[in-house]
Amino acid sequence: MPEVSRRKLLGWTALAPLAGAAAFTAGGAAVEAAEQAAEAQRPTTSERARQRIQHQHLPNVPLLTHEGKQVRFYDDLIKGKIVTLNFFYTRCDEICPGVTANLAQVQKLLGADVGSKLFMYSFSLKPEEDDVATIRKYRSLFHAGPGWTFLTGKPADMEQIRRGIGFQYPDPAIDRDKTQHIGNVRYGNEPLMLWAACPGLANASYLAESISWMLRPETNRIQKS
Amino acid sequence: MYYNVFGERVSRRRFKQMCDAAKNRRELIAAGLTGRRDLFKMGLLTAGGALVAKRGLSARAWGQVDPSITAKQSSGANANTGTNQNCVPGNQTASPPTKPFLDPLPIMPLTRRVAALSPTPTLNPNTGAGEVRAAAFQAPIINPNAFPVVPGILYNIHQRQFTARQTSDTTLPVQTLWGFDDGTGARSPGPTYQAFYGKPQLTRNINSLPPVTQVNNTGFGMPSVTTHLHNAHNPSESDGNPCDFYTAGHFCDQYYPNVLAGFNSDHASTFGDVNEALSTLWYHDHRVDFTSQNTYKGLAGFYCLFNQFDTGDSSTGFHLPDFPQFDIPLLFADRVYDPTTGDLVFDLFNLDGILGDKFLVNGMIQPFLNVQPRRYRFRLLDTGPSRFYEFFLTNLQSTGTTNPFWLIGTDGNLIPHPVQVQSVRIGPAERVDVIIDFSKFAGKTLYLENRLNQLNGQGPAAVDSQVAAQNATATECSGVLNSNQPAILAAGAGNLVLQFRVSSVPCTDDSVDPATNPSFYRLPSTNAPPRVVRTFKFDRLNGQWSINGQFMDCNTFRFAVQQNSVEQWLLTNLTGDWTHPVHIHLEEHQILSRNRVAPTVPADLGRKDVTQLHPNERALLFFRFRDWLGKYPIHCHNVVHEDHAMMALWHVVQQGDEILVP
Repeated sequence: MPEVSRRKLLGWTALAPLAGAAAFTAGGAAVEAAEQAAEAQRPTTSERARQRIQHQHLPNVPLLTHEGKQVRFYDDLIKGKIVTLNFFYTRCDEICPGVTANLAQVQKLLGADVGSKLFMYSFSLKPEEDDVATIRKYRSLFHAGPGWTFLTGKPADMEQIRRGIGFQYPDPAIDRDKTQHIGNVRYGNEPLMLWAACPGLANASYLAESISWMLRPETNRIQKS
Repeated sequence: MYYNVFGERVSRRRFKQMCDAAKNRRELIAAGLTGRRDLFKMGLLTAGGALVAKRGLSARAWGQVDPSITAKQSSGANANTGTNQNCVPGNQTASPPTKPFLDPLPIMPLTRRVAALSPTPTLNPNTGAGEVRAAAFQAPIINPNAFPVVPGILYNIHQRQFTARQTSDTTLPVQTLWGFDDGTGARSPGPTYQAFYGKPQLTRNINSLPPVTQVNNTGFGMPSVTTHLHNAHNPSESDGNPCDFYTAGHFCDQYYPNVLAGFNSDHASTFGDVNEALSTLWYHDHRVDFTSQNTYKGLAGFYCLFNQFDTGDSSTGFHLPDFPQFDIPLLFADRVYDPTTGDLVFDLFNLDGILGDKFLVNGMIQPFLNVQPRRYRFRLLDTGPSRFYEFFLTNLQSTGTTNPFWLIGTDGNLIPHPVQVQSVRIGPAERVDVIIDFSKFAGKTLYLENRLNQLNGQGPAAVDSQVAAQNATATECSGVLNSNQPAILAAGAGNLVLQFRVSSVPCTDDSVDPATNPSFYRLPSTNAPPRVVRTFKFDRLNGQWSINGQFMDCNTFRFAVQQNSVEQWLLTNLTGDWTHPVHIHLEEHQILSRNRVAPTVPADLGRKDVTQLHPNERALLFFRFRDWLGKYPIHCHNVVHEDHAMMALWHVVQQGDEILVP
């Protein structure tokens, strides 16, 4: 939880009983003042929403980048950023190479925005097989440019991210089968709380266009017939 | 390791609780102990409403008890209401408990017309003034006399953010929503259009949502819009295509000709085929990738279309109950609220489908409606996002008795004759028109109860026909707790979504009695040979929703339909787990067969714009694509699937192609 929000939340929680006590002892004006004070301390709907998304979906677990740098998922990768998220594993010969190659195309199409305004992240689904050296090698196979980071970590932490961003099946048996893993690419603008997803195997130019809505949410669009 | 039905890891203790809850439910249902009074009598329920011996029972039914009982509960008894231990989507926890039936059913006002629009609508898009429209209006080009560029009926509608309560139970705070404002204030559901065949109209949809900033966002919703008029036989530039969207400060003039299909093709002499007259349509946001969020936030409303037969006046035409007094649109939506703050929550990270544990009708959680002991027409609309319903009329005082009513319409159309039914099933985006006769229930309290058992976004827990026997066992379900799930829950054990309080004061009723078997429209022939039979496979590939193995792409038309031609489309769903409510724009269809068998259930017999495609099913549909040119989509209307690319664009052109598997 961000420091400021925690303070605000605590402030509000602490004041709430006072407001209640005031109702019995003081007149309307005091109650109103206390309520106003409480309200001023209370996180806004937007702040609450952002916290909720973070708590439920974006765990702040430690990870290792393909360069061996230690980072935290929420604080370092997501907070305040426009991002794409997907899962892969290096020995995956079904869907992963297609999605990763597609994302390489997407990175080219998005150009200089990647690494400056937008950050692409690919997470290992089998961290027990994919150490830093392995994912670095894998990343270079696809000529991934700067701004596209491959990540691994402890299996439990990777699993927490995967479930957090909803890349799971309702049927646990299918969910355990990694060859059937979710091939979607999440795209999002964390501060604006805009999140959606595209299939990783979708047309690369359309994938790039969809992701660019996070950079330029004020876009109008017309499809000519 | 233990998992819940969503595949999420849960603690051993939680898992045991869930199993106990399911077991208890099964035992109670098997014992026929489904009513609250039964439980009370058995000593299983305290006066406070808590379960004594059977702790952990799913509390769904207890959230919706008779207010006379609720009133007797001591404070704190509320803890047992409204929670829903098993049916909570994604990572969400259950919504806070709320008291049911506190609020009267909101009746949406009729959309207010305006005398003029400034700037005046133009044939070609007025881009200089901020209009975002794909092409010139087709209707005035085809027939400027019937369809003047500025028709006689005009609406000026803003999409706006506003705040409202969704229950007067203060457990939930005031919510920040998006709605439609016709000049009388933003509301959700939006105001109801009262439209007439032969009277074209134009709606200026203006995006006045707040610009996207951190301060304004409540956690979901994309403030760029495109408003689709669902089921209308509309020209493509006014259809509200998902790929044409615009941000705050821009608008789109949408021309609604209100014309019968065939007016410029196979029924030109009669200006269209009256047998394809539409009644119940709806409008909603259709912004690609964000439709689920934007409609969840409130961007939906009704569009009721009348003609010389379906007049809205019980003294004329088909003599159906008077609109809007005895002809009432009901918009169903299920929602989740944050357990601590009570804020409306949308699960942004869900790929499968979202279920809510609070049931809203016309924007209020579990409202009540005072009715007279007479016939009413209700237009039921399931706005999803992902829930299917099977509605029964329940009297909690005698749950063993079935209370039949009359089905008169499926999706937009009246069916040839009323059919008496015990229940109606609808999926996301579907509509049914029904007539309920309350004259036998004077002085009583009844409920519209959803008894369909659905556990997750996959669709109903057990896939049975709509006349499924109660407690029929499932074959299609997967997951830890889903084995042997009943398709239909016992009476009183489902979701009581709307309470009818029937007055005991006698009244007159000159509306048609469905028991006299009145005739409405005839179904058009489906004998015409198709120019092409296309196949669409609805599938899931590594969690990616697909149609024929491909994904939504706003820049590609997958196939070209020839203007004024007949086609058959074979929709197939071989996934075995998922039900997809498939919607096709522009033209309605008739279902020729399901798995090569002609349909039998009443809901399949009429004309449709959404067909529920059940697991392991192939549905063959008959279409005539007439009158208009341009682009339209086919998509799954489980809006979570739709937003994750289960959609394809196609277009109508003068010379169509023959791509069999687009």
